[in-house]
Amino acid sequence: MQDKAITADKLTKKFGDFTAVDQISFEVSKGEIFGFLGANGAGKTTAMRMFCGLSLPTSGVATVGGFDVYGENEKIKNSIGYMSQRFSLYDDLSVMENIRFYAGIYGMGSKAIRVKAEHILKGLELEAEKNMLVGSLPLGWKQKLAFSVAIFHEPRIVFLDEPTGGVDPITRREFWQLIYEAAGEGITVFVTTHYMDEAEYCNRVSIMVDGRIEALDTPAGMKQRMGVSSMNEVFLQLARKATRTEN
Amino acid sequence: MNGITINNISKSYPLKKGKQDALKNIQLTIPEGELFGLIGPDGAGKTTLFRILTTLLLPDIGTASVNGLDTTKDFMQIRKEVGYMPGRFSLYTDLTVEENLNFFANIFNTSVKENYHLIKDVYKMIEPFKKVRAGKLSGGMKQKLALSCALIHRPKTLFLDEPTTGVDAVSRKEFWELLRSLRAEGITIMVSTPYMDEASLCDRVGLIQQGSMMGADTPQHLRNAFGKKLLSVKGPDMLQLLRQLQAMDAVAHAYPFGEHHHVVLKNDAALPALPVNIEVKEVEPDIEDCFISLMWSHAG
Amino acid sequence: MKQFYNFVVKEFIHIMRDRRTLFILIGMPVVQILIFGFALTNEVKNSGFAVIDLSHDERSAQLIDELDASRYFELRGKFQSLESLEQSFRKGQVRIGIVIPPNFGKDMERPGGATLQFIADASDPNVANTLINYANAVVVDFEQNITGEKKMPFTIQTETRMLYNPQLQGAYNFVPGVMAMVLLLVCTMMTALTVVREKELGTMEVMLVSPLKPLKIIIAKAVPYLLLSMLNIASILLLSVFVLDVPINGSLTLLVGESILFILVALSLGLLISSSTASQQSAMFISLIGMFLPTVMLSGFMFPIENMPLPMQVVSNAVPAKWFYIIVRSVMIKGVGLKHVWKETLILIGMLIFFMTMAIKKFKVRLA
Repeated sequence: MQDKAITADKLTKKFGDFTAVDQISFEVSKGEIFGFLGANGAGKTTAMRMFCGLSLPTSGVATVGGFDVYGENEKIKNSIGYMSQRFSLYDDLSVMENIRFYAGIYGMGSKAIRVKAEHILKGLELEAEKNMLVGSLPLGWKQKLAFSVAIFHEPRIVFLDEPTGGVDPITRREFWQLIYEAAGEGITVFVTTHYMDEAEYCNRVSIMVDGRIEALDTPAGMKQRMGVSSMNEVFLQLARKATRTEN
Repeated sequence: MNGITINNISKSYPLKKGKQDALKNIQLTIPEGELFGLIGPDGAGKTTLFRILTTLLLPDIGTASVNGLDTTKDFMQIRKEVGYMPGRFSLYTDLTVEENLNFFANIFNTSVKENYHLIKDVYKMIEPFKKVRAGKLSGGMKQKLALSCALIHRPKTLFLDEPTTGVDAVSRKEFWELLRSLRAEGITIMVSTPYMDEASLCDRVGLIQQGSMMGADTPQHLRNAFGKKLLSVKGPDMLQLLRQLQAMDAVAHAYPFGEHHHVVLKNDAALPALPVNIEVKEVEPDIEDCFISLMWSHAG
Repeated sequence: MKQFYNFVVKEFIHIMRDRRTLFILIGMPVVQILIFGFALTNEVKNSGFAVIDLSHDERSAQLIDELDASRYFELRGKFQSLESLEQSFRKGQVRIGIVIPPNFGKDMERPGGATLQFIADASDPNVANTLINYANAVVVDFEQNITGEKKMPFTIQTETRMLYNPQLQGAYNFVPGVMAMVLLLVCTMMTALTVVREKELGTMEVMLVSPLKPLKIIIAKAVPYLLLSMLNIASILLLSVFVLDVPINGSLTLLVGESILFILVALSLGLLISSSTASQQSAMFISLIGMFLPTVMLSGFMFPIENMPLPMQVVSNAVPAKWFYIIVRSVMIKGVGLKHVWKETLILIGMLIFFMTMAIKKFKVRLA
C-alpha cells in the first residue's frame, strides 16, 4: 500500500438525499498519469475535492500520499499540488511574486526559490517576463506557468482540473510534455480533461457516470473491450447511458 | 449581397502600456445559407469578431456587412434581423424556460406560436423543463434554450459564440445536429468553437489564431492545402519514440496526437528505417493538423 | 511562520495595486476628519433673524445691533406685524424672530423689567433650541453691558414660542430627513445596480442586439422601482402620522407629488450611475461614496448648512436631498403650499431632466 499514491475504497459523498459520488474504488500508482474523466455533473469535481482534503467523505476510505483523508488533511495539503482551469495564478501579481508566494506557502526558503525559479523560467522561456504581471501573459503561457508553480515544491502528487481548457493545440501539447516530464520525475499526475485525445496520453483512465466509475483501464484496453477505435467513442457510449445531467 | 462580408477588419484594445491587437486584417465572405465555423483557441479574437458583426463593437479599420447592411451605419436594422448567442450563458437565470422564450419573442415583436416550427426540434428537448428556472438547467439544456431564444424571431443570420464550450460531449453532438438541420431553412449560421473536431460538421471553416485568419475554406480543401506528407507513428514507448522522432533530421515536426504521434516530414525527406514494432503509415491530415501547421508557418 | 509572512506580503501587494482599496484605507479617513472637523458642526452661525420692533427706542436699537453683531445672528428682516414675520418663516428666510414690545427701553428701568418674545422655527427642534439659547445669551450680555453688573433677577424676561412644533418633537425633523435618505438610498442604489448587473451577467449584450431602443430599456428598468417606492412613501407617511404623531399640516397631494418628483430624480441618478459604470462593485461604490455620504452630510438634515464653509454650502446645492428636505419640512411641518416651495420644486425638476438626459446619453448602444 505504501507505493500507491492514491487509494479509494467505496468512497462516497452525499449531499442530503443526493449521492454525488457513489462508492468509487480504485488505486493510482506512484508516477502514474491517471486520467479522471466524466461528463459535467458526473461527480468528478466532488471526488477531486475529497482527494485534495477540501471536503470530507460521507463514507468509505481513501488515502492520498499515504495519508488518510479523514484525519490527516493537513499532511495531504502539504504534499500535493493543485491547478485548475478557472483559477491558477494571481493576475495582479508578477510571475516572480506568484512563484514566491506559492513556494513560500509550502515552506521553501528564499534561496531555494530563487534558484529553482530561474531554472523553471528558463525552461518555459519566460525569463524576460519574470516581473510582468501574470494577467498580461497570453493564456497558453499562463497555464504552463501555473502548472510549473503547482509542482514547484516537488509534491508527490499533483491534481489538475481541466488544465488545458480553451488553449491552442500547440500549447496543449507542450503542456502535456511538461506533464510527462513531471511523471518522469516520479510525480503522480491526477488529471481531468474534456479533450478525449488527451485521455490517450494517460497511463490509465477512469470514466465516471452518475457518481460511479463505469470503466477503468488503460486507453487501449478500454477501446478493445468496447470494440471502438477512439476514446471519444468510448466516452460517448458510456455517457449516453447517464441518467443524471448537471444540476 | 446577403450573407456576411468582412472587409479588412482590424481592432485593438488599449492596455496600460501600448495596445493589444485583437483582430488583424480579417478578410472573409460567408455566402447566404452557409454554416460557417470559426475555429480557434481562447484569445484568438473570435468573440471580438462576433461583437463587431453583431454591431456591439466598432472596428478600428475596415468594414463589415450582414444581410447587405453595414455594421456601423445600419446597426439598428441589423439588430432586428440577427439572432445572437454570446459566449457563456446569457439568458435570465431567474426566469423560467417559458418566460425567457416569451420575453425574447416579445421584444422581437413576434410570438412563440408564430415561429414555433423553427425551434420545434430544439424545444422538444427542453420542453419537459419549461417551468424550471433557467439557472437550474444543465449546461447542455442552457445552450439549447439559448438557441431557441436566438431563433424565435426567425433571424436571417445566426451568430453563436462558443455555444458548445463547457458542455458535455453528448450534448455537443446533439447541438450540432440541430444546427445542421437549420441549414434547410436558409439561415446563415456563423459558429465559433475551440473544438477542432467540430470543424468537419461545417460547410466551411476559418482558422483563427492571435487575431489573424490563418485560412478559410471547406474542411476538405484545407486538408488538401496541407501540402506536406503526414505520417502516423505508434510504438510501445510513446514518450521515448516522440523524443527520437523529434531528433531526426528528416522530421520537420513531430507531436503527440492521441493514440499516435503525427510526423510532418521536411520536403522530399524520408523517414529512416524504424524497428519493426513501430507502426508507420501515411495519413490524411485532420483539421487540427492543419491548424498546427498554419500556426507554425504564421509564427515565421 | 514563513507561510504566514508570505501571505501577508501578498495581501499588501494586492492592496497597493488596487486604487480603490487604497482610497478607502487612506484617503477616506483624511477626508472625513477634515469634513467633520471643519465643516460639519451642530453649532449654528449667522442664522438669519427677523425683528418686530414696536419700541423704536435707543435700547431696542442697541439690542438689535448687538444681536446682529454677534456671530450667531444676521439681521435679515424688520417687520411690522406678526403676519409678515410668519410669512418670512414660511418662506424659510429666517429661523428665529424677536418681538420687542413697545416701551422696551423704559421698561428696562422700571422694577418689573422688560419682556422680549422669541419665536423660533421648531420644525427642526434642535436648531430652534440652539438659536433660542444663543439669543438668550446675547440678551444676558446686553443687559450686563448696560447695567454694568450681574443683577439677579434679570431685568429682561424672555418668552419663547416654538412655531410648528411646540412640543419640540424630534420626529418632526427626523421624519422628513429620513424620508429623503431612504428614498434616495433605495431608489438610487437599486437602479444603479440594475443596468450594470445586466452588463456583468452578459444579458445586456443580447438585449442590445434586438429591436429594443435604449430609452425603452432605461424607462422599463425604472418603472418597477417607481411603483415600489410609492409604496414606501405610503408606509413612511402612515407610520409618521399614526405612530410618531407627526402631522401633515400641508396638502397631502402636494407632499405625495413632490415625493414622486424626488423619487424620479433619485431613479434617474441611479440610472446615470448604472449607465456609466462597468461593474456592480463600482456602481455600489459610487452610490455610497458619491451619493449617499454627501446626502447624509450635506442635506441639512443632520448638520445645518448655514454653518458650513462656503465651498461646501455651494456643493450642497447639488445634493437633491437638500431641496427635498426643505420641501418636506415646509409642506409637512410648516404646512405651506406650492407657492412657497416652487423654487425648490423647479430645481428638482431641473435635476431630473439633467440626470435623465445624461443617463440616456451615457447608455452605451455598443459595448465599447
